Amino acid sequence: MNAAALNTPATLLSVQKLTMRFGGLVAIDDLSLDVPAASITGIIGPNGAGKTTLFNCLTGFYKPTTGSLRLAHPQHGEMRLEALPSHRVARDAQVVRTFQNIRLFPKMTVLENLIVAQHNVLQRASKFSIAGLLGLPGYRQAEQEAIERAATWLKRLRLEHLADHAAGALPYGIQRRIEIARALCVDPVLLCLDEPAAGLNPRESAELNALLLYLCRELGIAILLIEHDMSVVMNVSDHIGVISYGRKIAEGTPEQVRNDPEVVKAYLGEDDDEDAQDTAVTTGGATA
Amino acid sequence: MSTVVFARHAMTAAERLRDAGWVAFVGFILGVPLIGLTTVDVGGRLAVNTRFGLLAATVAAVFAGRLLLRWGLDQARERKQARSAAGAPASADERAQGAQKVVTVLGWIALGAAVALPIFYSDNRYVVDTATTVLIYVMLGWGLNVVVGLAGLLDLGYVAFYAVGAYSYALLSTQYGWSFWEALPVSGALAAGFGILLGYPILRLRGDYLAIVTLGFGEIIRVILVNWTEFSGGPNGISSIPRPSFFGLDFARSAPEGEQTFAGFFGLDFSPMHRLIFLYYLILVLALLTHAFVSRLRKLPVGRAWEALREDEIACRAMGMNTTNIKLSAFAIGAMLGGFAGVFFAARQGFISPESFTFAESAIILAIVVLGGMGSQMGVVLAATLLVLIPEFGRNFAEYRMLLFGAAMVLIMIWKPGGLLSHREPTVRLNPLGRAGAAREAAR
Repeated sequence: MNAAALNTPATLLSVQKLTMRFGGLVAIDDLSLDVPAASITGIIGPNGAGKTTLFNCLTGFYKPTTGSLRLAHPQHGEMRLEALPSHRVARDAQVVRTFQNIRLFPKMTVLENLIVAQHNVLQRASKFSIAGLLGLPGYRQAEQEAIERAATWLKRLRLEHLADHAAGALPYGIQRRIEIARALCVDPVLLCLDEPAAGLNPRESAELNALLLYLCRELGIAILLIEHDMSVVMNVSDHIGVISYGRKIAEGTPEQVRNDPEVVKAYLGEDDDEDAQDTAVTTGGATA
Repeated sequence: MSTVVFARHAMTAAERLRDAGWVAFVGFILGVPLIGLTTVDVGGRLAVNTRFGLLAATVAAVFAGRLLLRWGLDQARERKQARSAAGAPASADERAQGAQKVVTVLGWIALGAAVALPIFYSDNRYVVDTATTVLIYVMLGWGLNVVVGLAGLLDLGYVAFYAVGAYSYALLSTQYGWSFWEALPVSGALAAGFGILLGYPILRLRGDYLAIVTLGFGEIIRVILVNWTEFSGGPNGISSIPRPSFFGLDFARSAPEGEQTFAGFFGLDFSPMHRLIFLYYLILVLALLTHAFVSRLRKLPVGRAWEALREDEIACRAMGMNTTNIKLSAFAIGAMLGGFAGVFFAARQGFISPESFTFAESAIILAIVVLGGMGSQMGVVLAATLLVLIPEFGRNFAEYRMLLFGAAMVLIMIWKPGGLLSHREPTVRLNPLGRAGAAREAAR
């Protein structure tokens, strides 16, 4: 805990007393969590624990029943995410997410996907499409910059050769990478990844680890990560929060979380179907 | 097995000649009774005449035709074999390039034909009129393509905007004496306004629900036009709508004092065809402007946003796009284009009534977009031509006409479920096709 406190100076996102109810069901129950700047924060927990609901609250897709989500934006100061509609969370607060079930624009090419992600910049440059319709140099330059920006990310994620292919026709693991590349094109302050390693083979997971570390250490992008693949979470996270039945049951460094009796209990549980999770924890622990 | 091998081996010249000879012989046998002998009426008695000259010519034509056909088929097969032997089935890029080339060539041929048509049929009222109708539907299809094909918002009430445009021009010209060119932009803007009006309440709706509300909106407009007699003339409609003039020159037999007619100014004999041909070229220009406008918009951020909205609305929001504005802009632009088409329709007919704006019109326009291939501009042209011409050809079949129309649509949708032209050309490429192909060539 001390080491983490030394390395992570400021809190980027502060979740306070967040509750999300759907009728009688309490998906998130009085959850508080801090996401430090320029670090990777993992969120783990059994299926149905409320991890994705947390993401949906965070990115404006759900309005939390109570509680607050404060973002200390480096340029715009403090922002209350719970008050913003989803598109403004991405556009103004620059909190960008990916989805557990990949949501690309399947018929558009990979490059187009990445350019659509820069819509707001380009739309401003096209001046309500008038400058764009006339092909004025200001707009053309903006478009060129958008293409170059997309090309840079494609190159970084080794997707360059697929730029002109329809995104929906590509293999699953590549679609996951495209979704991350697309989110990066929005220029995020906080990148929320919902199970980015789901469906990846071990080599692809290792590449993902390297990418996440690069984004965080080199570019200073804070990352919030929901993941079941322990070889990813335990290896890259600076900090892990464990959620079970909508409540935070533990928080700390990977080492602390792994040895926490509450976590072990939540993952072992009493039900048989949690056994898979349990093995995931132990094998993850072994590799870490 | 051996026969298959035999069939596949390349034919020698002698074999080709023998093959053609056999076919010509069959042609000769058939031709003797069909062509060589003919009955004529000689003074009330039936006599048999011979036409061996014609028969010889036919047999020669069959011989040459068979030779050419065989040769052409062999060539095509060889080329195909050579391609598969090279081991590289055409890559996705190359296929896309091929498809795009075909569409481009088709487009230029269609444009050439459209420009030349009135020159060849300058005295055929029926052809020019039908072609004008085709172009109105092409323009409507291009307008609806923005809403349905690009933005993916199923609109079953598109004819409402067509009606708004038509009635705007009819009222502005008959009540306030506005000219066609003055009324055109105002009517377009009014239609766009109605598009936004419709867009607001249905922002949260999708798919079936959206379709039902737009259907209702189309009916509301029509019912208002039928019932608000003081405003729209009710079921009697509005008549004697002024026709557009050619830079102030009327297409009339005689001009009022101090003015000139089109025919008089150019020293031509008056012909009612002048106006029809002028109207034809007018809608051609309007349609081409629509095409240029929509194709350009498609490559701008707003056009890409429409397509992204069609693909995944939630992902759009996660990328920081204001989906409200994107939807409203699609409705407004689509409605505006429909309004322009409506203005032209009113000016061409000279008379409009609510009967011209029934749900069936909406359905036909939607059919044009779906049949053409959602989002494909060239597909709309093909589909509009088909959907207008099939019923026209069907006139000979009288009551079976609509049956024929329906059967044709079913067949096309079975044969091409994605529409006639379902290829989607990317709005931007990182590696332009020509360059990628050249690079691959160099690598070999």
